[in-house]
Amino acid sequence: MDYLTAFLTGGAICALAQIIYDNTKLTPAHILVSFTAAGAVLGGLGVYQRFAEFAGAGAIIPVSGFGNSIVMGMLSELERLGWEGLFTGAFEITGLGVTTAIVFGSLMAVLFRPKG
Amino acid sequence: MDKAQKDQHTRYQQMVKEATPQPNRWKNAAMAFITGGLICTIGQLLYNLFEIIEPSRLETTAVTQAAMIALGAVATGLGFYDWLAERGGMGAAVPVTGFSNTITAAAMEFKREGYILGMGAKMFVIAGPVLVYGILSGFVISLLRAVLSGSLF
Amino acid sequence: MTSKRLGLQTVVFQEAPRIIGCSTIAGPKEGDGNLGPYIDTLVDDPLMGQPTPEKAERMLLYQACQDALAKAALKEDDMQFFIGGDLLNQIISSSYCARDLGIPFLGIYGACSSIVEGLGLGALIVDGGYADSVLAATSSHYQTSERQFRYPIELNVQHKKSNQWTVTGAAAAVLSRTGAGPRITMATFGRVLDYGIKSPNDMGAAMAPAAADTLCRHFADTGTSPGDYDLILTGDLAAVGQKLFVQLVKEADYTLGSKHMDVGAVIYKPEQRSGAGGSGCVCSAIGILGYVVKEMHNGRFDRVLALATGALFSPVSNQQGDSIAGIAHAVVIEGGNL
Repeated sequence: MDYLTAFLTGGAICALAQIIYDNTKLTPAHILVSFTAAGAVLGGLGVYQRFAEFAGAGAIIPVSGFGNSIVMGMLSELERLGWEGLFTGAFEITGLGVTTAIVFGSLMAVLFRPKG
Repeated sequence: MDKAQKDQHTRYQQMVKEATPQPNRWKNAAMAFITGGLICTIGQLLYNLFEIIEPSRLETTAVTQAAMIALGAVATGLGFYDWLAERGGMGAAVPVTGFSNTITAAAMEFKREGYILGMGAKMFVIAGPVLVYGILSGFVISLLRAVLSGSLF
Repeated sequence: MTSKRLGLQTVVFQEAPRIIGCSTIAGPKEGDGNLGPYIDTLVDDPLMGQPTPEKAERMLLYQACQDALAKAALKEDDMQFFIGGDLLNQIISSSYCARDLGIPFLGIYGACSSIVEGLGLGALIVDGGYADSVLAATSSHYQTSERQFRYPIELNVQHKKSNQWTVTGAAAAVLSRTGAGPRITMATFGRVLDYGIKSPNDMGAAMAPAAADTLCRHFADTGTSPGDYDLILTGDLAAVGQKLFVQLVKEADYTLGSKHMDVGAVIYKPEQRSGAGGSGCVCSAIGILGYVVKEMHNGRFDRVLALATGALFSPVSNQQGDSIAGIAHAVVIEGGNL
């Protein structure tokens, strides 16, 4: 069951992005940035977490879930450290992903060439 | 620019609009839905696996996102992601695998200009803005929450 | 002086220089396309075994120059000028090729109109008596253009239907006062027109007004009409641009009908996933130095008006919100007594 909800909710977020892409002059970069920022804001309002409880990976895997992870890190660090948490929290959860991206990205660049 | 010129431009832009083929909106949205949905289903599978070994939900989330990012990087290196995106559109771009693709694709492309000023400097050419605005908007909303709840100090 | 000019923008060559040798070279995708049979040399590997596509592009250009010289049975030393242009920053493909050729070099930038600008300028020099033989060449490469004008190759971008695919290859022609081959009898150099198109996804639309302007100017200057030509060729307007071009020309009361062919619109087959069609300097060059010249030798065409269009912008100007200007140059090529 959770696979189906992940498929449907994740697919819906991507379809929404596609509709925006096909009907506006926005580039994919603009859309990725907007979705991440939207995920962060909705996370800060507590909305995204409730959505994620229902949608599972359908909420976590889109970049909006990445934006939400940024805020979740900030809020949990805020609780632990006070105001310093606002500055240390961004990579509390996402740091794992960002470092993975750098390590694997570099590895791939060393191993492969663009095929075109 | 005088008025006649402006009118000419407006008129021409109308002509261009009419001549430009419309994207196949239904098909594109359906493909994005299926592609994005499948990627999230793989994510759910990993999430369920990591849930067994990770102590908290935040950590399971972090590890799942990182694992998908690793998958995205490998798919990009093998030249598969470009193919997927041409068909799946935003269904391939919006998941974190797509975020990972922007980093790997830039790293592969700019490696030719050297590891420091090429790959190192330009790796985040597209992912950079995502991080910058994700963090800025996250910072603002978290700050507001902290101020309103009085938990800042 | 006056007899060498017609109207406002057209020049007439009294001793029409001849294309005594020309050559085109391109990659596998172009080979599989509709104009594949007209390309002299096809390479399997678009990277030519080189570590970077920039080096590969320059190698393609050098190869095309050597092939054109061989066909004209001439050597580098026989050339008094090398006129070259390409799409890369500071036209490095042409410059490095010129370094290897050792011929006095005039670098030009007309974006995808470079080959016609080169042929026109070369004809001016030869007809003016400043040279016996001139080499004109151009190159473009899908991978070098994508990374300079758009995105990294492996990036997850879905191309829009109006996007064009940059042709990978090179083309070169030897123009000479003596010898046998098609003659360049007239040239119409175009003005830069800007109708406020901003999206780099709409390059054909950005160039169509310039193409229509140069064509109508040519007809007005020379008193000719579409009926005087066997073929009116445009370079790389592609599906969207050519539709607009035909519309604009019609508004000026010229009907092109089946006389018109756009190389960008026909170079690839529909199943090759190339959006609206081909673009790049070599797109028009394959049309002119491949298709037109070969069909002239076959006796199918005798008088062809060849236009090539260029989109004048840079990634910086585009990101700063400037619109994309267009330019178009035209030459008249006649078979006569080949």
